[in-house]
Amino acid sequence: MDKISSVTGVGVPFRRSNVDTDQIIPAVFLKRVTKTGFDDALFHGWRQDPGFILNQPAYQGARILVAGPDFGTGSSREHAVWALRDFGFDVVLSPRFADIFRGNSGKQGLVAGQVPESDIERIWALLEEEPGREMTVDLESQTVTVGALSIGFDIDAYTRWRLLEGLDDIALTLRNEQAISEFESRRERWRPRTLPVRQSAGAE
Amino acid sequence: MNSATQKPRTLAEKVWDDHVVVKGENGEPDLIYIDLHLVHEVTSPQAFDGLRVAERPLRRLDLTIATEDHNTPTLNIDRVIADPTSRLQIDTLRRNAEEFGVRIHSLGDKEQGIVHVVGPQLGLTMPGITVVCGDSHTSTHGAFGSMAFGIGTSEVEHVMATQTLPLKPFKTMAINVDGTLRPGVTAKDIILAVIARIGTGGGQGYVLEYRGSAIRALSMDGRMTICNMSIEAGARAGMVAPDQITFDYVEGRDHAPTGQDWEDAVAYWKTLPTDEGAVFDAEIFIDADELEPFVTWGTNPGQGVSLSQPVPGPDDFDDPHEKVAAERALQYMDLVAGTPMKDIRVDAVFMGSCTNSRIEDLRAFASIIKGQRKADGVRVMVVPGSARVRLEAEAEGLDQIIKDFGAEWRFAGCSMCLGMNPDQLAPGERCASTSNRNFEGRQGKGGRTHLVSPLVAAATAIRGTLSSPWDLSIDTAFAPTEEVQA
Repeated sequence: MDKISSVTGVGVPFRRSNVDTDQIIPAVFLKRVTKTGFDDALFHGWRQDPGFILNQPAYQGARILVAGPDFGTGSSREHAVWALRDFGFDVVLSPRFADIFRGNSGKQGLVAGQVPESDIERIWALLEEEPGREMTVDLESQTVTVGALSIGFDIDAYTRWRLLEGLDDIALTLRNEQAISEFESRRERWRPRTLPVRQSAGAE
Repeated sequence: MNSATQKPRTLAEKVWDDHVVVKGENGEPDLIYIDLHLVHEVTSPQAFDGLRVAERPLRRLDLTIATEDHNTPTLNIDRVIADPTSRLQIDTLRRNAEEFGVRIHSLGDKEQGIVHVVGPQLGLTMPGITVVCGDSHTSTHGAFGSMAFGIGTSEVEHVMATQTLPLKPFKTMAINVDGTLRPGVTAKDIILAVIARIGTGGGQGYVLEYRGSAIRALSMDGRMTICNMSIEAGARAGMVAPDQITFDYVEGRDHAPTGQDWEDAVAYWKTLPTDEGAVFDAEIFIDADELEPFVTWGTNPGQGVSLSQPVPGPDDFDDPHEKVAAERALQYMDLVAGTPMKDIRVDAVFMGSCTNSRIEDLRAFASIIKGQRKADGVRVMVVPGSARVRLEAEAEGLDQIIKDFGAEWRFAGCSMCLGMNPDQLAPGERCASTSNRNFEGRQGKGGRTHLVSPLVAAATAIRGTLSSPWDLSIDTAFAPTEEVQA
């Protein structure tokens, strides 16, 4: 994963709450077996409407999505994060993220920054005043800057550290290989095993 | 540890504590051991790829099992899958399973089915374990008193490589449901009412524990329905404390412990229920006596009302986001505020999904439609959760009741719960569905979904408008009590 410290780019005032991952990328686009090529699928349903904000010329090349509360609810599909990344987004700001979406973001270099609702409203107002305006999200100082407005955002300290360092989760965990093996040696016998396959004589 | 001095703990805390491999310090997450990893075709290909690129083996094949469900057709399952992209994804899973040595149950196999139906029926899902799957409805397995949650593909790869996940501890929320459900009111109505109460974000950061006499009275199938939809309230996991009903369900299944292992397991499982005096971070109370059949009207699972109510409008909400969401939802759903829910006509009824496709769900559905004919012009599809459930239903003659009713009896899979396989709504079509998500386009582009219980699905299939068994003139065990009519 690449290191991320600061993102400057066009911000999108995305006035929607409860944006579920089925809207971010409908299931029909989940059939790919690769991690890329999802940019056309992003918000596919909504993009059919020519008036949809991401279809407006001012927001082409946008890097920061500023959304309402409960972003990324529903399905666990990491494809939602891949699609946002493929489209060009490096940051999503929202007052509240769904847990799984937030976790997936941190693992794919998408900054999911939590900003209080009142601040989101202020950012929306500034971005709408001047569509296509650039803003900066600085991970180092945990600040969002739009013109003269500068506010803080929340992100889990561990996720922030991993993003700043560009660290691979699995490699980090494997540093604990010995602890994992020791834990495994203590596991009770009754715990489930999928192998060898056990089968009852007949149907129940 | 001295139990006399130990702080009382909740069920979730106990299961968590017993899976900590490395305790996180200075804000780092705990490293949690995963007992069971369920795999399906949609969220695994990129994870297997990751292992290959890093030249890592899959650490514990004996704790991993795969099945095919999201993409699979529910008709003509012996033929080559028509959609080439679906076929590629299924073929990729089969190739990966073979290359890495993962146990797989493919289309046509007796154990194939929706991943969350397969785990419990094989006896792999049991109390006190951790279960993950690249699917948000993994919360289903929490019904056994396990800690079960959905993960993204990066985490799928992480579990494959390490059998662990770095996780921050969750907060806990008690959902107390006391009282007695009236006939015709089911587990599905409880969970829809819970989601309407706390909202789709209300459970974020929490593990929900469903408690109280109404939960204790439920069968395992009912408890699974409730835990399944915890994610629709924003909670990654939902749990029910294990009891004799749980033990009886698990005992004797293919992979259930036997002999001394069984004795040891049950002795441990009995220690799991939340201690007297344990404190939850949040708590809500639901009166089971008051509940009625419930149905959603909007485009998120929190937008639900009792079936006896009218369609709400933006003015019924104080929160500005909810107002806007209601407006948008009414437009998408093509509904007018104030219309009685029961006047809403449907084009389709879908009976299936990991929420409601187990044998009891099919029995409940069949009990209402037995000897009836479906409403004209309504397409009714019944999809068992697994090949085994299908066989079981056929052994009981449920398939015949379903066919005589005029409904389609299909093979197992996720089917019309999500628009990923051939079973989809056409644009503008309206469906009463026993599934879990009423998001825009979830059941097919432009499709409109009302989430309901199997009993409401059955009554709706008979009348053609959203209905509960209370609305049927036929003599059933679900006739309303007088106070309900009043």
